[in-house]
Amino acid sequence: MNVIPIEYYLTLSAFMFATGVTGVLIRKNAIVVFMCIELMLNSANLTLVAFSSYLGSSAGHIFVFFVMTVAAAEAAVGLAIIIAIFRNKLTVNIDEINIFKW
Amino acid sequence: MVNYIYLTILLPLLGFLINGVFGKRIKNEKLIGAIGSGAVGLSFLIVLITFFQTLQLPVGERRQEVELFTWLSAGGLNVKFAYLVDQLSLVMALVVTGVGFLIHVYSIGYMHGDKSFWRFFAYLNLFIFAMMNLILADNFVLLFLGWEGVGLCSYLLIGFWYNRKFEKGTTSQAAKKAFVVNRIGDFGFLLGMFLIFMTFDSLNFQEVFSKAELFPVSEKVFSFIALFLFIGATGKSAQIPLFVWLPDAMAGPTPVSALIHAATMVTAGVYMVARCSIIFASAPAIMTLIAVVGLLTAFFAATVGLVQNDIKKVLAYSTVSQLGYMFLAMGVGAFTSGIFHVMTHAFFKALLFLGAGSVIHSMHDEQDIRHYGGLKKYMPRTYLTFLIAALAISGFPGLSGFFSKDEILWYAYAQGNIVLWIVGVLTAVMTAFYMFRLVFLTFYGKERFSHDVHPHESPSLMTVPLMVLAFLSVVGGYIGLPAIFSGEGGNLFESWLAPVFTSAERKLEVYGSHTHSEEFLLMFVSVVAALGSIYFAYYVYTKRQDIAERTSQKFKGLYRLLLNKYFVDEAYEAAVVQPIQKGSETLLWKFTDSKIIDGVVNGSAALIDRTAGFIRRFQTGVAQFYALIMIAGIAIALFWIIISL
Repeated sequence: MNVIPIEYYLTLSAFMFATGVTGVLIRKNAIVVFMCIELMLNSANLTLVAFSSYLGSSAGHIFVFFVMTVAAAEAAVGLAIIIAIFRNKLTVNIDEINIFKW
Repeated sequence: MVNYIYLTILLPLLGFLINGVFGKRIKNEKLIGAIGSGAVGLSFLIVLITFFQTLQLPVGERRQEVELFTWLSAGGLNVKFAYLVDQLSLVMALVVTGVGFLIHVYSIGYMHGDKSFWRFFAYLNLFIFAMMNLILADNFVLLFLGWEGVGLCSYLLIGFWYNRKFEKGTTSQAAKKAFVVNRIGDFGFLLGMFLIFMTFDSLNFQEVFSKAELFPVSEKVFSFIALFLFIGATGKSAQIPLFVWLPDAMAGPTPVSALIHAATMVTAGVYMVARCSIIFASAPAIMTLIAVVGLLTAFFAATVGLVQNDIKKVLAYSTVSQLGYMFLAMGVGAFTSGIFHVMTHAFFKALLFLGAGSVIHSMHDEQDIRHYGGLKKYMPRTYLTFLIAALAISGFPGLSGFFSKDEILWYAYAQGNIVLWIVGVLTAVMTAFYMFRLVFLTFYGKERFSHDVHPHESPSLMTVPLMVLAFLSVVGGYIGLPAIFSGEGGNLFESWLAPVFTSAERKLEVYGSHTHSEEFLLMFVSVVAALGSIYFAYYVYTKRQDIAERTSQKFKGLYRLLLNKYFVDEAYEAAVVQPIQKGSETLLWKFTDSKIIDGVVNGSAALIDRTAGFIRRFQTGVAQFYALIMIAGIAIALFWIIISL
């Protein structure tokens, strides 16, 4: 059986990560930015799993579970914050949420 | 008893603490006065007992050291709280505690009713404490402690009536002047101390003096040490050029003038020179300088004293003049005579000041002798004692001043030269004249005060000390009877002090081969001159007042020069005080402080402010901008790592 070489996984993962970073930097909608963060997390997960399988070690798998758990918790908290902000400012456009400054 | 000598220092300190801390609450003048005088009186008793015990010791054992504890110890410097009881310090201690005690008692009467009565006695006791430290110190550092202490007390007491006017300014200004001028001298003294430590590796008297006698040290080093120490002495003992503070020190209460600015503190410089006699004897050039400065001071102060109208001013210049005599004695190597004059001068000058205080007291703080006159019948005791003191200072034969002054003049001739003697005699003539000008203007002639002033004799609390001092002024000279009256070795005072000065005198190789007939002749001349001067004063100021006025009219320029004290104060003001004030204002304050120091401080603050103002613009509050910078940072870091692989 032909095994997909590790380079493929890593390339895909890098592409996903780059997409996520670009999204975080340029998108205005907080929800989309949020989704892009998830994308970055998942690209990291993909790398971990790929290496885990490539090296025949289960450490990567276990790490992925941790990441997914943290991501779920983070999503819950993050969404709650976004809702709270929306209630206050009636917008989720992050250009308009700039009160953290001098 | 010598082991309890520290009590003479501790008791006044205790008196100072009690009166200083609780005095305000005690309120009872008698109790405060008793504490203050009692502390000094007890000290006097202890010194007296120690003196008599020392007298019974063989000559070789009379030098006793009492060590209390180590004060500071750092490297080669080891300073102990140790007291030196020897012939010299005992004489000084007797004078200071004895005269000090009398003046304390007198002050109870004089300061009666003053709102800060307790403060006065606290200061006086603190002064005695410092002065005893100065005298009994066994090393230079402890001496310096006393030296500074008496300066501080002098400052505190000159400005005692801090809200009173004094001449053109206030008493506080006079006090500050005294303090600052003294500081100049003290700086010289400090330099001398440093040099001594550098040269001899010690500040202990015994070590320094024995090394000074035996070590091959160049005369140049000795000259510098002696010069610096002498500068210190000119400050404390009011010699040219630092004498200007003493006349202004008369702003203080009169007992203070008597105690500090006549009898004790101002003689500290003389004492110090005598104590360090071996160092001075090793620097002949400085000895000559001391003699000349002393003589000039004596002469010029006496000329100023001739025309002053403030009773205390006359006495102040007289003090400066007499101190000049003492330094003349030191300068020609007649250390014993100098100390002898310190002692007799303490008696009669304290008496003169206290007598003047008694007059001022009864005249309601009037100090101008032109407003006195005919007081003899109102205050007979004050008159009589004042007259005795005036005779003593004028060198009337048989009184204490006669012996001490003629001894100094004799040594000035025998070990110096005839010029010193002539100027010395001229000074003595002027002294007799201005003293009796005071006597006749104050106690004789018409009453020139207004009718609402009713002079009265002072209470016995004040007159009894006067009488004791008058007694001492009369008999004080007989312990130092010159050899021509008492035979070889008959001078008790000289043979008592001789061991202290042997090494210095050996170094100087003094004592020429002058005969007694010469001494008699010189003595005769000076006595006749002084008596003539007294008679002249009598003639001018009781019979022919117009002579004085006409003379002052005739020599108007000279008179104004003397009345204004040679314009020394004005000259110092223009040459020293003004430049320093101007310099401080323009250069130090308005340039260095305002521009440079403030500039650096404010400038660094402004720099940070501006930098921060620029940097804060990066903090936009937009989370995406932060993320961008973060990612850029990561990218750069990664790039860095990769290329350095």
